[in-house]
Amino acid sequence: MDLELKDIPGQLVLALKPVSEFKGNLISVVHHHEKKTPRGKIPVHLVFEIKSDHLDNIISLLEESGISVVSVDEKRYLEHGAVILIGHIVHTDIKDTIDKIDNTGYAEIVDLNLAMPRVNRPSSASLKIDAVSKQHMSAAIELLKSIAREKDLLVIEPIGVN
Amino acid sequence: MKTIRASIIGFGAVGQGVAKVLLGKSDYLRSIGIDMKVVAIADSRASVIDPHGVDLASAISRKKDTGTVGSEAVSGTEIIRTVGHELVIETTPTNIETGGVGLVNMMTAFERGMDVVTSNKGPLALKYGDVMAAAKKSGSNCRFEATVGGAMPVINLACDVLAGNRIISMEGIFNGTCNYILSRMMEEQAPYEQMLAEAQELGIAEKDPSYDVEGIDTASKLVIVANSIFGMNASYKDVTVTGITRITPEALSLANADGFAIKLIGEVNDSRINVAPKLVPLSHPLAVGGTLNVFSVQTDLAGPITITGRGAGSIETASAILSDIIGIYKI
Repeated sequence: MDLELKDIPGQLVLALKPVSEFKGNLISVVHHHEKKTPRGKIPVHLVFEIKSDHLDNIISLLEESGISVVSVDEKRYLEHGAVILIGHIVHTDIKDTIDKIDNTGYAEIVDLNLAMPRVNRPSSASLKIDAVSKQHMSAAIELLKSIAREKDLLVIEPIGVN
Repeated sequence: MKTIRASIIGFGAVGQGVAKVLLGKSDYLRSIGIDMKVVAIADSRASVIDPHGVDLASAISRKKDTGTVGSEAVSGTEIIRTVGHELVIETTPTNIETGGVGLVNMMTAFERGMDVVTSNKGPLALKYGDVMAAAKKSGSNCRFEATVGGAMPVINLACDVLAGNRIISMEGIFNGTCNYILSRMMEEQAPYEQMLAEAQELGIAEKDPSYDVEGIDTASKLVIVANSIFGMNASYKDVTVTGITRITPEALSLANADGFAIKLIGEVNDSRINVAPKLVPLSHPLAVGGTLNVFSVQTDLAGPITITGRGAGSIETASAILSDIIGIYKI
């Protein structure tokens, strides 16, 4: 997120406050004090992690405090989810299952833990999914459920997804 | 003082629980203006009838000693037809295929203008609309708090206590047997079959556990919730159901490592009725263990409300029946 701050004391704290209020995780703050904008303001580049549905709240709070939000380059995959799969996960082509989610363009599998107790017993896996928004997370889980129906896998999804 | 003559039709665990509770609470009931007189009790084999009032303590011990409540070869349905009384306490076993004898008993009671308080899910999960129409036509009361979640006040909470609120959704654990099996599988890292056997040994699961573990019991309760609280006209076939038989101990471990428990969750909202194992955050109010039941309702005015309680047990279920009786007759 690119901001423009007035060159007066306390402006940077004011700019960071909404991020912390919505439990954002600050990754970097670059304060270009030497590079004034044509409007005589100081450009600041903020990078932070936040739940996607809080971004609009932060922007409004910043604008209410008189801070100009110049641009927001929304980083993707801000919704994190987890599901459990049970069944013959590997023998029904686990790569294909993962690819189908990754190829959506809005969600991807970012972690997989697999437990295979015995050859003749079903395996269990926990999958971590990142998606660009809550709605896309639901769509990814729906897609996973339809893949699972074809492959006779059981998907255990978190409560409150749909 | 209002004298209420009642029959107890079905004298298994719940029916006997009702008899015990009525015995223990008779003074209290009188103090609120209700003089309860049980004039007939029937089990599946025989019955006892006494227009002056059956001795409940003797009936309970006779059932325990001989396996049957009495010696008269009169069925529950015949009692409803022929013995003069106002209230039928219908506690026969649930039959989800046809509604069973419970449906016949309830319809017969309504034809005769009698009130019904029941713990029997079958008739309401299958024919809610017909049952309620029959009750309304005859001006009878039909109350069924005990059908959903034993001691947990699900129906009366939503319909009476939260009156004026719109109930947006409801979700929870409505089957203690499944909750016990999943909780124990997690604790012991043991397979489903082993923990089912343990539950059967402890009397928590039936010999034929399919009704519980396949999610049928939860689905039946949700249909009753959907119809009575959400005003739907749903039946059992409208529910999507997945049970717990495929859950592995490894899945429970993996979920636990990510901060989740796996629970059989039933959910109802305007658009769907669903039963499935779900991941529940360990810190979430629905993540209760053992044989407990729990549910959350989301309301427009009061926000979310969560209740935890014992979902089964003869006295606990009888407590719901007692509260329905008081609800009807308290002056």
